[in-house]
Amino acid sequence: MELFWYIVLMTMLAVYVILDGYDFGAGIIHLFFAKKEKDKKAITNAIGPFWDANEVWLIAAGGVLFFAFPTLYASSFSGFYLPLIMILWLLIFRAIGLELRGQIHNSIWQSIWDKAFGISSLLLALFFGVALGNVVRGVNLGGVVNGVSTHEAHYFFLPLWNPTFSPQAEQLGIIDWFTLLLGIIGVVALTIHGANWIIFKTNSDLNEKLKRVVFRLNIVLLALVVISLLVWHIIEPQPFHNFLNTPWLWIFPIITFTGIFGLFKVKTFKKHGLGFLFSSLFLFGGLTSTVASIFPKLLPSTNAINPDLTVYNVAAHEYGLSVGVYWFAIAVVLVAAYMVIQYRVFKGKMDDVGYGEH
Amino acid sequence: MEDMLFYDRMQFAFTITFHYLFPQLTMGLSLMIVYFKGKFLYSKLEKYNDAAKFWMKIFALNFAMGVVTGIPMEFQFGTNWAKFSELTGGIIGQTLAMEGMFSFFLESSFLGLFLFGEKLLGHKLHFLTGFLVFLGSWASGYLIIATHSWMQYPVGYEILENGKFVLNNFGALFSNPWLLPSYLHNQAASIVTSSFVVAAIGAFYLLNNKHNEFGKLFVKTGVVFGLISSLLVAFPTGDLAAKNVVKHQPATFAAMEGVFETEEGGSEIVLIGQPNMLEKKLDNKVAVPNILSFLTYQKWDAQIKGLNEFDESVHPTNVPGLYYAYHIMVGLGTIFIGLMLLAAVQLFRKKLFKTKWILWSLMFMLPFPYIANTTGWYTAELGRQPWLVYNLLRTADGASPTVSSGNTLFTLLGFIGLYLLLGLLFLMLAGKIINKGPQLNQH
Repeated sequence: MELFWYIVLMTMLAVYVILDGYDFGAGIIHLFFAKKEKDKKAITNAIGPFWDANEVWLIAAGGVLFFAFPTLYASSFSGFYLPLIMILWLLIFRAIGLELRGQIHNSIWQSIWDKAFGISSLLLALFFGVALGNVVRGVNLGGVVNGVSTHEAHYFFLPLWNPTFSPQAEQLGIIDWFTLLLGIIGVVALTIHGANWIIFKTNSDLNEKLKRVVFRLNIVLLALVVISLLVWHIIEPQPFHNFLNTPWLWIFPIITFTGIFGLFKVKTFKKHGLGFLFSSLFLFGGLTSTVASIFPKLLPSTNAINPDLTVYNVAAHEYGLSVGVYWFAIAVVLVAAYMVIQYRVFKGKMDDVGYGEH
Repeated sequence: MEDMLFYDRMQFAFTITFHYLFPQLTMGLSLMIVYFKGKFLYSKLEKYNDAAKFWMKIFALNFAMGVVTGIPMEFQFGTNWAKFSELTGGIIGQTLAMEGMFSFFLESSFLGLFLFGEKLLGHKLHFLTGFLVFLGSWASGYLIIATHSWMQYPVGYEILENGKFVLNNFGALFSNPWLLPSYLHNQAASIVTSSFVVAAIGAFYLLNNKHNEFGKLFVKTGVVFGLISSLLVAFPTGDLAAKNVVKHQPATFAAMEGVFETEEGGSEIVLIGQPNMLEKKLDNKVAVPNILSFLTYQKWDAQIKGLNEFDESVHPTNVPGLYYAYHIMVGLGTIFIGLMLLAAVQLFRKKLFKTKWILWSLMFMLPFPYIANTTGWYTAELGRQPWLVYNLLRTADGASPTVSSGNTLFTLLGFIGLYLLLGLLFLMLAGKIINKGPQLNQH
């Protein structure tokens, strides 16, 4: 039963990253490339009717984490206290930036909320990459100092950084050079992804330029991914261990690289949705390869005293997990139906939706 | 430790209080917008569609505020109440996860269609999307109150040796006797809020002599919805909810009502008075004999156990806070019924739109349903303290073990600053929409 909920949780997170990822990416594009009012409008129209529903995947995944793996939820949310609360603040700023900019027609008002929307999108992309880095790297479970636990074995608390910025220090911080590297990968990947969504959903003048941006950033992305793979063994001595034991897992890295290499052809795509498909493959593959590489660990321990948090030692009790399958199955069918309806009504190009105009 | 718990509690209290200002209007107003849109489909009178469109603008703004302040709520179970989450997550995680899956997806998917899809969908489907948004928001309320009810009156669980609560009966979460009265009470109260808001804006237009046609429609609709919902809040829903407290949390009930001593021959109902915790009595009390006994047990001389007879260990933590919260709620609820009755009588006599003092009263009454809803929740929450799960898990044992008070104070200050900004923006933008008013026959 734990395994079922593990797959559900990871799938929901992947869907969240793909869906809200394009919102963040659109925000970053909005910040750096949209100069004219027309371009900005095109971007907000392209995500307008969707972003709220996309964000629900985060809440719903959080709910499933809470219900299926309460110990992990409790441990990680309290341990990553500061960055999580900051993520909340950024989500708030981003949402009000989007919702409020159109309420008053004044150029200063609008540029304030444009920046709020863009900068929080950028920082969120960075934070989510950093978060993934923290999960792979692991944390000092039990707060071990000089060989003695200072908390219960499955609790910890991480400051934002430690002065060495090293992922191998005994007292870790949220931000070190490794997690920052993953954060930058997050920003680049989501920028590409957001650009692809805009190309897909608008007829904006920006689109030709965005294709060139996608191409160039894709080179950067490939380089960063290769670098991260080269240094990965520093935080995890045997990164390919699971892949060697369970060969079918190679499907995930293959999906990742299909996504990246597919995107190099972006300039020749006839169908506008194709670029988005490839960047979705990259995000899905990247996330699943990463979590597959540490399976069954969910949050590794960096000390030898306290055990890793795994799928098996943080899950809720059997009865609750079983009964949850019933309502979850019903809910999934409903959610799929909502999505079909939503994307059918707002199919095609979105330039005329008039999002946020009153 | 003491400090840490204090800041954790302050942060939760502050963020939930601010958050709930928005969903109460969302739940009530979605019903009223569905009513306007339905009335338009039925009567084909354009003004009802314009009314629906006007309230959708307020609704959209209000909904966005509810969403952005709602996300921190789910996070805070883990960030600040990790022990509570770890021990009870297998149970309250069920209902909270169900809220995400069943109601948030429903609301958010159809909100976009509801707000931007009128042209694409046509009026009938547009009505349907509005109805689905309404359904989603009410489902959300239901699942939250199912969670809340379990904390007040835990059912369907067993406690393992390691202290973890595990679910052994899923159905019990929903047949919990605490759930239905609380849910209906809360939903009726949210309609009270939306009715007073709609009536207040209508009164504002009439007194201003602007948008008169809409002013009349809003006042009339607000008064009809307001009278029905104010009555339902008191009876039967409030009555049933109070009887749950009498039965399952008798010390809480005594503190709420300000009954310190058991009285032979029936208890009086306290209207006014200040709890004096040093001498365990009420100062300068104004009370009516025997009414409380009658309301509680339908017998004039029924005995109600006073707070002083309960062991100190089961006393609610903050007796005066609980007492005031409850009395403010009940007092305001009574005023709402009175005002709405008067307004309804004048409406029936076709004199309401010219009775200036009632219009002024309706307009100034706008903030008070928010206060009544908030103090109602404070009654429920303070009434449960010092417990997170009544009689089973203490609040002091539920906080995050590794988050220091300094960190919580920092984030509490951050939330205060950010929410102050949100509140100002909301008022400013809602004010702008209201001042501009509904547009006739806009397409």
